[in-house]
Amino acid sequence: MKILVPVKRVVDYNVKVRVKSDHSGMDIANVKMSMNPFDEIAIEEAVRLKESGVATEIIAISCGVAQCQETLRTAMAIGADRGILVETDVELQPLAVAKLLKAIADKEQPALIILGKQAIDDDCNQTGQMLAAMLGWPQATFASKVVVADGKVSVTREVDGGLETLSLTLPAIVTTDLRLNEPRYVTLPNIMKAKKKQLDNVKPADLGVDATPRVKTLKVVEPAQRSAGIIVPDVATLVAKLKNEAKVI
Amino acid sequence: MTTLVIAEHDNASLKGSTANTVTAATQCGGDVHVLVAGFNCGAAADAASKLAGVSKVLVADAAHFADGLAENIAAQVLAIAAGYDHILAPATAYGKNISPRVAASLDVAQVSEITKVISADTFERPIYAGNAIATVQSSDAKKVITVRTTGFDAAAAGGSAAIENITAVADSGKSSFVSREVAKSDRPELTAAKIIVSGGRGMGSGDNFKILEPLADKLGAAMGASRAAVDAGYVPNDWQVGQTGKIVAPSLYIAVGISGAIQHLAGMKDSKTIVAINKDPEAPIFSVADYGIVGDLFEVVPALIKELG
Repeated sequence: MKILVPVKRVVDYNVKVRVKSDHSGMDIANVKMSMNPFDEIAIEEAVRLKESGVATEIIAISCGVAQCQETLRTAMAIGADRGILVETDVELQPLAVAKLLKAIADKEQPALIILGKQAIDDDCNQTGQMLAAMLGWPQATFASKVVVADGKVSVTREVDGGLETLSLTLPAIVTTDLRLNEPRYVTLPNIMKAKKKQLDNVKPADLGVDATPRVKTLKVVEPAQRSAGIIVPDVATLVAKLKNEAKVI
Repeated sequence: MTTLVIAEHDNASLKGSTANTVTAATQCGGDVHVLVAGFNCGAAADAASKLAGVSKVLVADAAHFADGLAENIAAQVLAIAAGYDHILAPATAYGKNISPRVAASLDVAQVSEITKVISADTFERPIYAGNAIATVQSSDAKKVITVRTTGFDAAAAGGSAAIENITAVADSGKSSFVSREVAKSDRPELTAAKIIVSGGRGMGSGDNFKILEPLADKLGAAMGASRAAVDAGYVPNDWQVGQTGKIVAPSLYIAVGISGAIQHLAGMKDSKTIVAINKDPEAPIFSVADYGIVGDLFEVVPALIKELG
């Protein structure tokens, strides 16, 4: 069974990004970039499925600028067998990414595509569901447990108020939630091995996809800041303030 | 111009998130219709018809809609999509699961988690875990949108929309519902609660969360937690408030032993009043709190319960 895992290059989650002074976007020049954390969980899950004998090949895909190669090398160091870079300098939005991924899925014919549930930069939470619709496949989003058996995948999902379990016929789409697994640390020997793995480069035009953005960002601003309040000396003062000043109890 | 709202419900009742989404829909302009796709969902449809601003409720009732499978609900939305300029769903686990399927099938972009409607094609939405607010404009003919419920007041009761039954689409047959484990609790649901008592890593253990229970009971509050507390295994995953957990905006949020990591603040900083109890006076949570108490939570919380009487 072949598994595709799309991975996105995003600003590292430890970086505090700032809005550009002209409000045209975020200032991400010279900041540390990493693999989207949810995608790392997706790769880890695929590698575990391979280690348990369920999967035979894992292909990592990244769409974006040339430097996405580094993200693919990380994916291959975790355990992906090969990588595909869909290279473009155009700003990619989820609809375009889903179309690019569909073109690759049509060619590679995987049984399972595992994606992160959302990217931590645009916070869209769309690509997996969109790809599922385009392929006409079933989906299980926000997975906290994945079991593949008998041509089906059983997925436990994190939903409001608890968990639910779905059974999907393969091929299918799964998107990962935070607690599906804990990604392994990448070791130096595996980083060296990853450098020798196959990495193909294609362009959106090769895949027949028009990646033009449909949503235009008019401006980006800092959120309204809450001003810090006061430190109260004791609980009696707190309760009085909540009753008389804030009037919330 | 007409807007369709995809209702979130459990067949027997309408989820509060639907009422917030209806408010966003009325701001897009034009009539508002609500689709209730479920099984034996008459009660949910009745509740939707009573929301102010709704002019029609469409009901698709079939066994394969019982559990809200994305494949089936999205197919039902697509069956009636031609008549609508805007299609809105709440940005909850339910809506986020379905809505992008609808957008992709219509070959349009989705605008996720809007917090404000500027005009029929322009919206505000938070990006980078709420560290920035983007104003975005959609160039697509149809707008498919998810609505962050804390950004919009719930539509009031008092409407009397017509209820119309529509033909249900067929079961996709590709996915099936197996089981659900829903934590039973007498407390209000986290995203709907007026008051939330939330604990962080400072609680020290799952057992220690018990000291928050009498406080929550006294205030009629829901209980939440920071990601650190959930990661440490103190409490279940669905208690998590934050960027990747639940986004809440109650009238009172009491953060106990929570330092205030940016991803936690992203999930609660729109609360009306924030109280922080933490022994570290430098904790970032104090920079967003209206009222702070610096002290040992194991002394402050029992004292607070006593003070509330």
